Amino acid sequence: MSRVLVGVKRVIDYAVKIRVKPDKSGVVTEGVKHSMNPFDEIAVEEAVKLKEKKIASEVVAVSVGPTQAQEVLRTALAMGADRGIHIEVTGKEYDLLQPIHVSKILAKLAQDEKVDLVILGKQAIDDDCNQTAQMTAAMLDWPQAVFASKVDKDGDALTVVREVDGGLETIKAKLPAVISADLRLNTPRYATLPNIMKAKKKPIKKVSAKDLGVDTTPRIEIVSVEDPPVRQAGSVLPDVDTLLAKLRDGGHIK
Amino acid sequence: MFSRCSASLTRSAAQGYRRFQSTLVVAEHNNETLNPITGNAVTAAKKLGGDVTVLVVGTKVGPVSEAAAKLDGVAKVLVAEGDAYKGLLAEAVTPLVLATQNQFKFTHIVAGATAFGKAVLPRIAAKLDVSPISEIIGVKSPDTFVRTVYAGNAIQTIKSKDPVKVLTVRGTNFEPAGSGGSGKVEKAPEGDFASKTTEYVSQELTKSDRPSLTAAKIIISGGRGMKSGDNFKMLYDLADKWGAAVGASRAAVDAGYVPNDLQIGQTGKIVAPELYIAIGISGAIQHLAGMKDSKTIVAINKDPEAPIFQVADYGLVADLFKAVPEINEKC
Repeated sequence: MSRVLVGVKRVIDYAVKIRVKPDKSGVVTEGVKHSMNPFDEIAVEEAVKLKEKKIASEVVAVSVGPTQAQEVLRTALAMGADRGIHIEVTGKEYDLLQPIHVSKILAKLAQDEKVDLVILGKQAIDDDCNQTAQMTAAMLDWPQAVFASKVDKDGDALTVVREVDGGLETIKAKLPAVISADLRLNTPRYATLPNIMKAKKKPIKKVSAKDLGVDTTPRIEIVSVEDPPVRQAGSVLPDVDTLLAKLRDGGHIK
Repeated sequence: MFSRCSASLTRSAAQGYRRFQSTLVVAEHNNETLNPITGNAVTAAKKLGGDVTVLVVGTKVGPVSEAAAKLDGVAKVLVAEGDAYKGLLAEAVTPLVLATQNQFKFTHIVAGATAFGKAVLPRIAAKLDVSPISEIIGVKSPDTFVRTVYAGNAIQTIKSKDPVKVLTVRGTNFEPAGSGGSGKVEKAPEGDFASKTTEYVSQELTKSDRPSLTAAKIIISGGRGMKSGDNFKMLYDLADKWGAAVGASRAAVDAGYVPNDLQIGQTGKIVAPELYIAIGISGAIQHLAGMKDSKTIVAINKDPEAPIFQVADYGLVADLFKAVPEINEKC
């Protein structure tokens, strides 16, 4: 196997309590801490591990988004990716960009860059779509191994353990293939200072969606983005007896 | 005058449009029983208006297709049976759904937002060149849907511009369909749909006599505060007394106390039982995303500052190793 393409998305940091804009058009992103989507860190780590095991020869990180997307590409490079590709999409176009557009971009890059494996996170923690890997695989007509918690190379195929509702499932997918990483796939490494410095010298190529021949016409209209309903404040109970009495009164237990 | 005229035209056009809705629900099952989420998906499909057809695909579909035909509101059940569908691989189910779509021209294709639905529907949508919509929690009209983003911290209403709407449905937001239906059972289109690139190898399912997390009326969940897998026995004992399911936070899963499929949260299962008891769970944003629609929430935690108390109806600030055995004893 020669080349691995790994997709990374810049999202609001997972620990941030988001705020909905008063005009209901979206959430506030200006001045809010952003970082790499946690599932994508896992995807990068897996790609770098494949390289360390000499299974992959080159790891190419790609991000679709505004100028700041280059920050997450640098992070991927500091973790061990060899080079980056930035597909710049900004403003309103980026607000309405969906997995279908990103998957078309990734599919085109996978072909252009002659990769054998695409690794993505299972979902972005902002839109919570959980679609891009599946759609990229479909665009390429490649097999998909989604929600992966273990990946082993087995000849010209991958044996992948997937996290499914009732437990785990093992499948065998022929290369080339698309994988989406679940939380349990690995523990991503921290980029060390020397590696962060080295990453500054690694190349990032800038390409537009148009260069790739991908149409980014919006498929949706955002009608509104609102706060979820707030729960009524509850009460702190003094002891177990009171709790059990409340649960009995509520008809929850006998 | 003119504007009134065009408004009424638009309205009648919309009504006409509504009349021609038709929805395909992709059933989920294990060759023996229909996954209850299929019933929730049928309810969502009925809200879209128009006919509801259920597709049952698998290596053995007899009993499941009968159960699907009885779901209230189902007009037709299409069945596809064969070894090609072993493990319900997305690569085999997708061409079957495409062939079915080609023949019947549905306006909507729907499945429950489970590991199966999430794996398969985006692949179908990509092949149809439409943008799928994940985990809807509401249907406003045949093209306008409500879903959550940012771990349930914002509710987004979106209008799809695509000709076919491909949707996954969050089961907890739609009632399960009743059982008064009498759908006709027919054969789905046939063809060589077996995956040539992917092979199902095996499954390792967590065995349990307790109700499944997504169907349980009561869920007792443990977090990092449980300190070990052995300590979960206290929760299992209590669950067995109450007929409850046992869940966990990501911290408890990552620490290896319980298997992954018990994880409740943004990236695990989304549940909304009558009663949710969070034990030794701090209440991180990602966990709350999976349980804050529960009817009654109880939190037992020794840290009075734990964010879980902000969503709990009843909180008990106590050492769980004292409180849980006491509950076990007194109920």
